[in-house]
Amino acid sequence: MPRCVHIFANPARFLSIARPLTPWLGWGGGLMVVAALISGLFVTPPDYLQGESVRIMYVHVPAAWLGMAGWTGIAVASLMQLIWRHPLASVAARAIAVPGALFAAICLISGSIWGRPTWGTWWEWDGRLTSMLVLFFLYLGYVALSSAGSERGANDRISAIFGVIGAINIPVIHYSVLWWRTLHQGQSITMKGSTIDGSILWPLPIATLGFSLLFGAVVLMRMRALLAEAKVEARLRRMSAE
Amino acid sequence: MKAKNQRLILAGLAIVAIIGAALLAMSALKDQAAYFYTPTDAKRDHVETGRAVRLGGMVQGGSIKRDNDGVTIRFIVTDNVETIPVTFKGIVPDLFKENSGVVAEGKFQPDGSFVADNILAKHDERYMPPQVAGEMHKTESLKK
Repeated sequence: MPRCVHIFANPARFLSIARPLTPWLGWGGGLMVVAALISGLFVTPPDYLQGESVRIMYVHVPAAWLGMAGWTGIAVASLMQLIWRHPLASVAARAIAVPGALFAAICLISGSIWGRPTWGTWWEWDGRLTSMLVLFFLYLGYVALSSAGSERGANDRISAIFGVIGAINIPVIHYSVLWWRTLHQGQSITMKGSTIDGSILWPLPIATLGFSLLFGAVVLMRMRALLAEAKVEARLRRMSAE
Repeated sequence: MKAKNQRLILAGLAIVAIIGAALLAMSALKDQAAYFYTPTDAKRDHVETGRAVRLGGMVQGGSIKRDNDGVTIRFIVTDNVETIPVTFKGIVPDLFKENSGVVAEGKFQPDGSFVADNILAKHDERYMPPQVAGEMHKTESLKK
């Protein structure tokens, strides 16, 4: 493993970086989200077909991206845990799970609210919608599994394997609109460019970056909380042994 | 060999196996997971009449007709190869328009037409403000 990742393997060194970084990520992300949502609600024009409901995109797309990025993070951390026994990896994976589940839920709910006026239905079992719902359930399963493991101790490996295998769903979500005919529209933003007009598109990258920074802040806070919890537990165990 | 490297190889093999299995499953699912039939599929596969299915495609330009009873609507679904006439009784979504995507839920009839009991509008990936869309329509009609 590259040395630059090993540097963060030390929890004490991690904490000395994470503690000052958290407020920067939190406030920076929060400000960007507020700015993007205000522009998205009041500055950008409506869509020629969808009308005002296009504005749901400024929440829906970042939420979908973070839901998927979150599980990718869990999978990478789980691999590091399984292969290199990285002491912080399982902490990071557990810290990602709850905000990841939250963003997957936000994506599903905001999409449903958009689907009703646009498609004429709250929910349809098409490839994209179903695979995103599966991601949400995978998150719930991961949270249950990893918290049950942490209570019994030493059972982290099962949730790490679950985290790696669950990553299959990520490319399925991404390619669902290409592989299968779906009700959900195809990709608007690809490597080649965007089929969203610039006047509607511009707050979206700001919102996406803002939500991502907020996500990072929450993950760092949860990691610190989990590390502190482990420390308390270790101290209590030592005290009861004395 | 170091235990670390052994685990790395094992994990790599496991990942390759998982991805292979997933790809096999996905390609097997390809037809089943399609959300709707296109008119071409429906004609090729001879979808049995009376089975609840979905038919998707574009609403052919100039094909929407409303009956005098005010609730029955007739239109043609096309994929630019085949066309299928559709009848529907009820309220359509706002985005149901000619030359835009539609998914109809219903049953094929013995005469090859389709009777829908629900209509969904399919939105495409293009988003633009009304002015831009208006100008695009203008240039398109100038070309004609």
